[in-house]
Formats: sequence, C-alpha cells, structure tokens
Amino acid sequence: MTAGLLFLIPVALGLGLLGLFAFQWALRSGQFSDLDGAAMRILIEDEGEGDTPLEGDARNG
Amino acid sequence: MNAPLPGASAMGDGAAVLARARLSIPGMHCAGCIAKVERLLGAADGVYGARVDFSEKSVAIDHDAAQIDVPQLVRTLEQNGFAAHPILTLDEAADSADAAAARHHAMLLSALGVAAFASMNIMLLSVSIWSGLAGNGRTIFHWLSAAIAVPTVIWSGRPFFQSAWGAVRHGRTNMDVPISIAVLLTTGMSLYETATHGPHAWFDGAVMLLFFLLGGRVLDSMMRERARAGASALMAAGAAGAMLVDGTGRAVWHAASAIRAGDMMLVAAGERLAADGVLIDAAARIDQSILTGEAASIPFAKGQMLLAGMLNLDAPIRVVARAVGDDRRIAELARAMRDAGQQKSRYVRIADRAARLYTPVVHALAALGFLGWMVAGAGAHQSLLVAVAVLLITCPCALGLAVPVAQVVASGALMRSGLLVKDGSALERLAECDMVLLDKTGTLTLGRPVPQSLDGLDATARAVALALAQASSHPLSRGLARSLNEAGAVPADVSDIAETPGIGMQGLWQGQKVTLGRHATGQDAAQDVGMSVTLTIGDGAAHVIVMEDVLRPDATAALGALRSLGMPQQIISGDGAAAVAKVAQALTLSATATADPDAKLALIERLRAEGKRVLMVGDGLNDGPALAAAHASIAPSSASDVGQQAADMVFMGDSLNALPRAVRAARMTQRVVRSNFMLAIIYNVIAVPMAMAGWVTPLVAAVAMSSSSLIVVANSLRLVRAAR
Repeated sequence: MTAGLLFLIPVALGLGLLGLFAFQWALRSGQFSDLDGAAMRILIEDEGEGDTPLEGDARNG
Repeated sequence: MNAPLPGASAMGDGAAVLARARLSIPGMHCAGCIAKVERLLGAADGVYGARVDFSEKSVAIDHDAAQIDVPQLVRTLEQNGFAAHPILTLDEAADSADAAAARHHAMLLSALGVAAFASMNIMLLSVSIWSGLAGNGRTIFHWLSAAIAVPTVIWSGRPFFQSAWGAVRHGRTNMDVPISIAVLLTTGMSLYETATHGPHAWFDGAVMLLFFLLGGRVLDSMMRERARAGASALMAAGAAGAMLVDGTGRAVWHAASAIRAGDMMLVAAGERLAADGVLIDAAARIDQSILTGEAASIPFAKGQMLLAGMLNLDAPIRVVARAVGDDRRIAELARAMRDAGQQKSRYVRIADRAARLYTPVVHALAALGFLGWMVAGAGAHQSLLVAVAVLLITCPCALGLAVPVAQVVASGALMRSGLLVKDGSALERLAECDMVLLDKTGTLTLGRPVPQSLDGLDATARAVALALAQASSHPLSRGLARSLNEAGAVPADVSDIAETPGIGMQGLWQGQKVTLGRHATGQDAAQDVGMSVTLTIGDGAAHVIVMEDVLRPDATAALGALRSLGMPQQIISGDGAAAVAKVAQALTLSATATADPDAKLALIERLRAEGKRVLMVGDGLNDGPALAAAHASIAPSSASDVGQQAADMVFMGDSLNALPRAVRAARMTQRVVRSNFMLAIIYNVIAVPMAMAGWVTPLVAAVAMSSSSLIVVANSLRLVRAAR
C-alpha cells in the first residue's frame, strides 16, 4: 500500500466514470437512434456553414 | 440546417402554427439523398428544420402549418424526385407501444453501459486481491468494490427485478427469478464478508453476471428495434388526411383524425382515401390493391362505397365520408388482426421453456449445497457461501446468451440476403412450421401487370411506349415501363406529354401524335377489363399490348424446395375460381378460391385444431388476420402495409426462393440454439460439483462465467452463413 495506489485508483475510477458519463450523454442526446444515418452523414459535404472542409480536402469526393 | 429554429417564426402575417410532420421517403438510399432532402425542405418557406432518420427512411419536419401544409411538403419533395407519403399509423395503440419499446431499449442500453463500467473497475480492484493483497488493503479494496457494485446492482438490475417480481407476484417463475436471487444474495453476502473483513467478496461476479445477461437482452431488443424501424419505413402508402370541401366550396387539408362522417372529401388523382365513403360523382376508376393486393383499375359508379386506403386513379372525385376513424373497414381489419395476434403472444419462447426446467433445478442444487454443508457441520456462514457459489456459477450467462446471440446473428444474415425478421420468436416459430398456405395474387404471382410479350413491338415502338408509360402512375403504365426498362429500352424524346384520366397518355414524337391507353373503340369491356393497353404512333396500326399478372420467378423451384423440407402447400385466395385454378394447375397444388378474410382465418384455425403448424404467406390487407393468426407468416415487400405489419418476416425482391431460405435458416438457428444449451449444460455439469465442493473462489467464478459465455457466442457465430 503505497501513495502511488492512493493516486492511481481514483484516476482509474475517474477515467471509467468519464467514459460512462460520455456514453450516457450520447444515449440521451439521441446519438444511438439512427445509426445507419450517422454512418451516411459523414459523407455529406457541408456548404458554407462554418465548418467548411479545408480547400485541399474539398475535391476528394 | 438541421436544427429546428423556433425563434425564426416572426413572419409578420398572422400567428405561426408550429407543427411537426413525419413523411416516409422510401427512395432514400445514400448520403446525397439525406443532404438533398434536408436542404430542399430547409429552403422551403415556413419550414424551420428538417431532420432525416435514415434507419426509418423518414424525415421529421418542424414547420409553420399556417404557411405550408403537409401536401405542400410532399409536393416539394416529389417535384425533386422523392416519392413521399405522410406517415399513418393504423391505430394509436401500436404507435405508443412503439414508443414504449424504444424507451425500454434505451433503458437497457444505459443499464448495460453502467454494468460494463462497474464490472471493468471492480475487476481492476479484484485482480490485486487475487494476486495476494491482504489485510487493510484488501478491506479498503472490498469497500471500494462495494461502493461501485451496490449502485450498479440497483440501477442495472432493475429490468430483471421488475420482471422477476411480476412473475412471482402472479405465482409464476421465469429466468429472471434465479438471476435476481443470485444477484441479490451474492451482493448481500459480499457486503457481510466486507464488513467482517472476510477474504472473499463476490462483487465482481454479481456485476459481471448482470453485464453478460444485459448483453443478451440488448441483442434481443436490438433485433426488435431494427425490425420496428423497418416496418414503419415500409408503411409508405395510406392517407394521413384529405382535402375537405367546406360550406363555401373551399377545399382545406385536414388530418384523418379531424374528418367527420358527412364531410365531403375531394380526392385528387393518385391520392388515397382517408375514410370510407360514398362516391357522389358519376364514375371513378379505383385501385383497391390495399385491400386485395391486386393492382388493377376497377370502375366504380355513383353511390358505391369506397374504402379508406383505396387509390383514386383518374379524375378528381368527391366522396362523402360515412365511416371514419375506428369505424373504417381498414381499422376493423386491424382489430381482427390484433385479436388473431393474441394467439401468437401466448407462444412460449424456447428460452422461457428452458427456464422452467432450469429454475427449480438451480434452486434445489443451491439448497442442497447449503443443507449438505450444514449437516456436515460447517456452520451457517460457510454453508451460505457454498449456496451463493452454486447460484453464481450456474448463472444463466450462457443460457441468457444462448438464444439471443444465435437469433441476432441469423437475422443479420437473413437481412443481408433480403429477409427482414421482426423478432426472435418468429425464427423459433418458423422452424416449427410443417405446412404452408399461400395467397395467390401478389404472393405466388407478382401482383402487378406484366406484358405477356414485347415481341410485337419494334425498338421505336418500345422507345415511344416507355417515354409515355414512365410519365404515368397508372398501374398498367408502371408495369409496362418496368418491363420495358428491364428489356433495355431507352425512352424516346416525346414532347408535350399529357395524361387524360380514364383514357391514357398522349404526346408528340417527331411531329406525330403518339398515344398509349385504353382501346379507342371502347371494346375493352369485352374481355379482361383494363388488362390491355394500346399504343398508336401517328397514323400507323395500333399495337395492343396484353398485360397479365405472372407467377413469380422461381415459384416452382421454391415450392419444390419447401416440399423437400417437409412442408406441403395449399393455395387460399380471395380471387375467382377460374383465376385460381389456372395458377393451381401450373403449380399442381390444391386450392381454395373466393375466400374472404374470415374464411382464411377459419381455415387456419381448423388446421391448427388438426395439430398443424401453418406458415402463411400472403400480401393483401385481406390476408392480414390470417397472417397474424398463423403459427408464422411471411409477406413480400410488395405487400400492402397491413400485410407487412401483420407478417413475422418480409422478403425483398421478386423471387420466392426467399421462402425455403428462411425456413432453412430458421431450422439451422434452432439447431445452434440447442447446441448452445448443450454447451451450457456441459459447463454446469463440470462447474456445479466444484461449487458444491466449496472449491469455487471469486477468481474461479469470474473465469468460468466469462469463458462459458464466450464459447456460446463463438458457437452462435457459425450462423453468419445461415442464409445461403
């Protein structure tokens, strides 16, 4: 029983909790409701709405 | 573009009426379609936001009902090549059941997430205890484990506790009873051990048990969830409302629920009726395929009754509503279907049958272990530990995964081969079927008119015919266009195309008038009403194209394959004796003709009484009750919405080979499920004596539980190729 454990165990548990909260948040915000659509949406090119792809990337499709 | 923007409603004129509409868009199949649909709708005036649900092939639209109504939204999409229909549910009970199922699924997922987190972290702590951590350190680690395990058991155990309590309260028992007892007893015992600084705590076992079992439950519900999205995606046609003519002669769109008996509905060409009613115009041509499954143009005269769901093919008609809401024929059939479906809900699934044997055995073994050690003088504490070990080690992990994993893998394989399975019990029931009843029109046949032969048409005629046919939504035109497309015809450059309701299509091609439509001489009443079209080019001779409903491809081969699987067949059809006899002869099957929905239901009941397990294959609304009542049922994806809703499975494409493929896959799934049970039994035969002997430590339990679960999963993965 060293000071290392006192530090590492809360870190391990904290990281696990973080993952758990992230999962619950994703579930609640509907990210698991349309999985097929989510797979498709990555391919949609947004047109001039702030997150325009970099110029070099735009011609890849 | 996607988010609703409620703040943008300050449009100046009048009050904005915020409404949400749901449209089904069956033709959406790529990312481009999603983007296009959302952009089109987003750009329309009065639309605040549109969000596509791709799994459901639908779009939810927040819009200002005062500025843009549902038909206008549909038109916006249709002008750009997306066929869209407002989503209509046959009854609200089914709708809210859907919502409840979706909530339950989300709850299971959340419980699974919590259990996964807890079992990982408790395992992390347990590893150091198994490696020899002792004294105060061990006690601290046990307390930490307890702090994670107790909330997890309360949260993630709810689905099991609720179901177990429900069973016990009614004096029954199910798989969840031993699970709940094992989890609660293990947790309680571990808390006692922790408080008394004992060497062994079983928190990891309890939580891992929950994790594996929830995994099985989530898979099971995922399969139902997937089919649910599929079913509402397929529920395309049907009127969600109608244009009602008010006192001043103005037509305003109303939702189906707002229509009252006595209202006058204005039904445009190509629209479906939203309520049963009486025709008050002189004549109409109606497609009643939603009722019969047969796409044909049937003439109706003034004063005749039209039913909700029928499709008006020709000129706009006026219909006075007689029966609305639950009084509609379509709703009556839905009720008959629901009643017939009750039979199915009494079916006991194989997992529950296994649980009936399993539960008393496990409880007896645990009690035996406790009593045995007590008699041997080991003391209550030691004896209770043995009982807990028995309960935990015989945990139905493998049993809980045996059925759902196999069924999920098999239904995934079937889905890839074009068969949608609604739930796991459908596979179990299908595997048990020993005879087949087949509907004729739309099931054995394609249910759409196909030209007998295209030989009479040269390339020019084909090109002109295709150009005209593809501009019309008439069933004959659609059937002709499809066959011409398949024959490789390229549409000619025909201009000024116009459709005259009841007569046909006309246009201009290289300066000549071309027409496609009814016989000009009006002799079509003589034979085969409405089942032939005439093509004229300029002053040339008329080409008569005779259309008929043909057998599905592979029908003979598929039925032969079913027979070799030990499933004899019969035809039961609502059509006339002559039409049925022709198909029955071609397939050498016995047949019953002119059977109404009640007669079909009665035949199934009679066969059931004789001990037969009937697989019903049908498509029409008239098959709905029979599909719901049969031991298992399959519908083609060309079926009416009702047929697809009532059936356990839906197959895509035209080929009937889907039937033997489904039966073979279902039987193979059943074999794998049984071998999974065998594996679980073998495991228990080894593990239980060890637990009874008191050799099982938390480490042994953790290894045994996870390895038995992995073996079952691996065995089930053999089904990946089940649908070949």
